[in-house]
Amino acid sequence: MSPPDLDFLCALVRARSGLVLTGERGFFVETRLAPLARREGMPSVSEVIDHIMQDPSGPLARAAVEAMTVQETSFFRDRLAFKGLAAVTLPELAAAKPSGLRVWSAGCGQGQEAYSLAMLVAEGSLPPVEILATDLSTPALEKAQSGVYTHFEVQRGLPIRRLLRHFDELEDAWRTSAALRQSVRWMRLNLIDPFKVEVGYDLILCRNVVANFAPDARSKTLERLDQALAPGGRLMLGAEETAPEGFEAVPGSPCLFARIGEVQNVTAAA
Amino acid sequence: MKTCLVVDDSRVVRKVARRILESLDFEIVEAVDGADALTACRGAMPDAVLLDWHMPMMDGLEFLKRLRSEPGGDEPAVVFCSAENTAERIREALDAGADEYIMKPFDGEIVVAKFVEAGLL
Repeated sequence: MSPPDLDFLCALVRARSGLVLTGERGFFVETRLAPLARREGMPSVSEVIDHIMQDPSGPLARAAVEAMTVQETSFFRDRLAFKGLAAVTLPELAAAKPSGLRVWSAGCGQGQEAYSLAMLVAEGSLPPVEILATDLSTPALEKAQSGVYTHFEVQRGLPIRRLLRHFDELEDAWRTSAALRQSVRWMRLNLIDPFKVEVGYDLILCRNVVANFAPDARSKTLERLDQALAPGGRLMLGAEETAPEGFEAVPGSPCLFARIGEVQNVTAAA
Repeated sequence: MKTCLVVDDSRVVRKVARRILESLDFEIVEAVDGADALTACRGAMPDAVLLDWHMPMMDGLEFLKRLRSEPGGDEPAVVFCSAENTAERIREALDAGADEYIMKPFDGEIVVAKFVEAGLL
């Protein structure tokens, strides 16, 4: 892959998804696009890029961008953060809003985060919780919706008793139970496209998504998430991410942020 | 330093497990089957046991049942590590007193995750 090819592709990914590729960009692009080249019957990644250059708005360009944005993840990523959600945050939010909660997993990838939430909800004594999960990648959403995960995938972050409780056994894999699958609404959504923001989410998880965005895409996305968040709501980011503008960390709750002035009393704010 | 008894009749699996667990600061004791493991436990109870299912002499399930009835045998955290990957077999292992369960094949990341769940890390 030539340097101009690489630059073209990185610019395309940035424009379409907000993601800025850093580090070993050439290696990353090769490994992500090689399966796409095979699927399309093309001899090399360079051939894929040639086709994209001729039709940068076509389906191949879209598939390439999607292939670059999917991240490896695990169930209950950052275990303590999810423990905090189960023990403190969800019960507090529910006490403030007994009619039911709305939760959004923004950039849900292959669904592990949304299903982790769904498991917490199923195990807790909470009012009804509506879970929306969105991602840019159609293949990732299809996998999420199927609920099928390999032995390797279910062992990343998922305690064995939860596996037995919430998954059905397939021949060589595991599938989330019908109840769990039905508890999540899946939708394709590009966070950097102008989208009609549904409002009133009590908890939004957007973890390890905007950290690698270009600064303008990051700030616009966080602004929209802010608009979508209900008064007194909580925003959960990745373990390495810092408070967005207008937000502050919720003490004692890893990865959790609230609007400045709304940390102390979720009940009063909601 | 915590000790982990690695029980597996495969030398390769013991070697891989040793490498992963030593990197997590465990002192490793090895046993080739359940009978060998029970003798080791009677000498010094480990903090953790990484346990295969099918082995000659005494299999993992039988070892676990006997371990749990030994004085102090309820203390080690036992993580099964087996290619017996059906829900029925996993339930059987948990009912016998296993704390966590690794389905083979595995890698270092999975061992870490499961040892965290078992309260060992």
